[in-house]
Amino acid sequence: MTIRVAVIGVGMTQLRSVTPDLSYKEIMFEAAVKAYNDAGVDPRKDVQSFVCSSEDFWEGTSIFDEYVPDQIGGSLKPVCTISGDGLYSLATAYMQISSGLVDVAAVEAHSKASEMVSIRNIMSLALDPIYVRPLTADPYFVAGLEMARYLHDSGNTREQCAKVVEKNRRNALRNPYAAYPSKTTAQEVSKSEVVCYPLGKMDISEPADGAAVVVLASEKSAKEFCGDPVWLVGLGWCSDTPCLEAREWGDAVYAKIAAEKAFKMAENARPKDVDLLEIDDSFSYKELQHLEAMGFCKKGEAGALTEKGGTAPDGEIPVNASGGSLGMGYTFEMAGLQRLCEMVLQLRGQAGEHQVKNVRTGLVQCWRGIPTASGAAMILASEGS
Amino acid sequence: MSVKIKEYAGTPLREEDLKQGKVLLVDYWPKANYIWSAGTAIGRYLAELKNGRIVGRQCNKCGRIVVPPRMFCESCFRPNDRWVILKDTGVINTFSLSHITADATRIKEPLIPAVIQIDGTTDAGILHLVGETDPEDVRFGMKVQALWKPPKERTGSITDIKYFRPIGR
Amino acid sequence: MITKKRVAVVGAGMTKFMRRAQETGKELAYEAARMALDSCGLGIEDIECVTMGSAPDAFDGVHMKGEYLIDGAGAWRKPYMRNYVGGGTGVFAPIHGWQHIASGLFDTCLVVCEEKMSSCRPHPQAAFLTIFDNLTERPLGPNLVWIFALEMHRYMHVHKIPKEKIAVVSVKNKRNAMDHPCAQLAQKITVDDVLNSEILAWPVQRLDISPTSDGAAAIVLASEDVARKITDSPVWIDGVGWNLDTAYWTNRDLYYPQYVENAARMAYEMAGIKNPREEIDFAEPYDPFDYKELHHMEGLMLCKKGEAPNLAWEGVTQRDGKLPICPSGGLLGVGNPIAAAGLMKICELFWQLRREAGKRQVPGDPRTAVAQAWGDLMQVGTVVVMRA
Repeated sequence: MTIRVAVIGVGMTQLRSVTPDLSYKEIMFEAAVKAYNDAGVDPRKDVQSFVCSSEDFWEGTSIFDEYVPDQIGGSLKPVCTISGDGLYSLATAYMQISSGLVDVAAVEAHSKASEMVSIRNIMSLALDPIYVRPLTADPYFVAGLEMARYLHDSGNTREQCAKVVEKNRRNALRNPYAAYPSKTTAQEVSKSEVVCYPLGKMDISEPADGAAVVVLASEKSAKEFCGDPVWLVGLGWCSDTPCLEAREWGDAVYAKIAAEKAFKMAENARPKDVDLLEIDDSFSYKELQHLEAMGFCKKGEAGALTEKGGTAPDGEIPVNASGGSLGMGYTFEMAGLQRLCEMVLQLRGQAGEHQVKNVRTGLVQCWRGIPTASGAAMILASEGS
Repeated sequence: MSVKIKEYAGTPLREEDLKQGKVLLVDYWPKANYIWSAGTAIGRYLAELKNGRIVGRQCNKCGRIVVPPRMFCESCFRPNDRWVILKDTGVINTFSLSHITADATRIKEPLIPAVIQIDGTTDAGILHLVGETDPEDVRFGMKVQALWKPPKERTGSITDIKYFRPIGR
Repeated sequence: MITKKRVAVVGAGMTKFMRRAQETGKELAYEAARMALDSCGLGIEDIECVTMGSAPDAFDGVHMKGEYLIDGAGAWRKPYMRNYVGGGTGVFAPIHGWQHIASGLFDTCLVVCEEKMSSCRPHPQAAFLTIFDNLTERPLGPNLVWIFALEMHRYMHVHKIPKEKIAVVSVKNKRNAMDHPCAQLAQKITVDDVLNSEILAWPVQRLDISPTSDGAAAIVLASEDVARKITDSPVWIDGVGWNLDTAYWTNRDLYYPQYVENAARMAYEMAGIKNPREEIDFAEPYDPFDYKELHHMEGLMLCKKGEAPNLAWEGVTQRDGKLPICPSGGLLGVGNPIAAAGLMKICELFWQLRREAGKRQVPGDPRTAVAQAWGDLMQVGTVVVMRA
């Protein structure tokens, strides 16, 4: 008999473009306090495992896990770090609970992107040192190449990608957590300065700082602590090749496989069972590419769907009602967890001004960014659905 | 395993192989620069170091006074309550005599890193160096005091304290 | 505590450990993974998920190096994650793998640990500066050896331990390693050799420590039903535990690794071990420095606080002693490619418990063993109990 796992608490700081007044420890503490309060748990007594997400080079500190336990209540407790997006840490915590090892686990991820003097320099360090770095190109070329191939293969257009930006930045106007709400128009986006054709400056989500903590519990504990558990009914994660030279550039195969696994686990659910999506849009074209890869529309149709408002909050497949990364801000390893927090609020009916109607099942997805082809997908369902 | 397998993978290279060009190399200098926000706690800590003072924080629930300061008590998991101006004296909890620097260069006169428990705290120590003493004379439990750089030379860094030196000399 | 599925190690492999390997990180990972699969007759298609353990990216100079290593680790188009708890990674990786299978989500898992420290020039030591607190410690220009020296000195001071009783561990492990085909540092030395070796940061001398290395190791995990089909002698992971202490290491008394004890308690409880000293047949605690083996023996509750140096001095921890410690030769003898070194200890438990350790075989009938890794700023303990 499987142990069911639910989200019983979420806490997120408001995303901001800079946070010069607070250290990473302080924003983590804020998110942790909010999450534990939401869950009604005392981390020193009730939480048995803590899983954090981080990558050394985003932080500027090696072995970053050294510095996480105190501000999340994990000092002298089982704490570990996953080098990956918050959704990977969430999957790890899920497995710890599902194996019966622990009952309540906390997951943390944060971004202090503003502290990197040059994100491009750091991003370049992720490129293959022998075959790619010597080309000394702006690392965003990877997204440019992928966008070009994707648009060529799918038939979607640059203008349709620009519509994604317009939608998400406007969605963000109704989200108090968002860092970059604005009345952007698709035209402005299409005209923005070219970074690596066809990628324009406004196709790229701006980095933001913030922290998020999520508390998970086994079914037994969830009922003890929480009136409104949100169930994790499906998860999947997958890594395609890291080699740029060997890659399928047009298709997001990692997203396809991750979603397939998540759907299979959720009692063979299908895209039509999902009411809301919070998926990676770190680059405008990615939202379209991921929609198609995960089977929410046929290849080549996501652009048209977006154009006619099909992915708007009141559309047939609402996507990124939170504003996504384009509207909220791109938070690196926190990106997936930020989307998950948003989804939990939606499933509980607590999303305030940007609440989408009738959300009972949601899908959250992440991509690990340039130059990876790795991502995770999770399906969540509110109580009684 | 062991008994069945004869060959293990791995081809050793020597430093000379690299110098003699026996293998091809790619050199790369990472440019990884950061501007870290010290935040509320360490922000004040560093600002006070510039003033020639060491500050800590106290949690009213468990009563602990700690340094380096943080805005939360990790033991009680709650925001802690007040700033405490501490003396700049302390006691050596542990020390070492180091003949190597950060990048493994050898030095003749040893550096003396130590964990110095600051007076007035709940056994809270900080990492620093001990100076003005013969390495042979350093002892566990030795009482020391900070030697501050002149105010004009202070920048708001842990190095505003040059080192800790034995008291009573 | 309900643990549904029993999980076993069914295969293991590793590369030689050396100061500087020609192979890239991907190639090292591949060699170890390939060997692990071959050892149990599986192909990569039989593996459902992969978890990778590798310590600081700063050595390789590759950011997100977990991603970089995907193809070498056999994880192409598979569920793949990289776990990371500093030096504790080598024993946390199998715990992470255990979680994958015990959760019921997967039946087989490949655990790979890789380290390529030699890429960092002029010396990997310098990369360690970045583990210290960016604002309160790095400006002091600390060397990694300082924290070991501070901890070792405190341990020696509190228990009044003479250096000889610590040096004997280095002698034992380097000699044990002479029987390990992958060893980098195997040699016959004496206690005097250690005491006369170059002082790095007193009380740490050159022969007290293991230098930097390149290397990789891998194991194959399977759920009970599948394990029994793959091999007649699966080795069960019966206990897992991990624990991380506060980052404020200067606020702690370093003479005792409380976090290792906490991790050990978690693992022992799961394995049903009430008296570790009696029930554990041999152990592979993490030994990057000789005093650490003793420090960790105490943390693992294999002896009383302060008692470990006497046990070492009296020969109790030799391979043919009452409580063999590091029969592999440990990090001091085999080498210290951080994460791979920890997994090497798990491999050693696997081979020993199947009686496949050749000249290193612990005599008698060892059935239960414990492996442990450690890392960060004297913070993390990761413990695994395995049984034949």
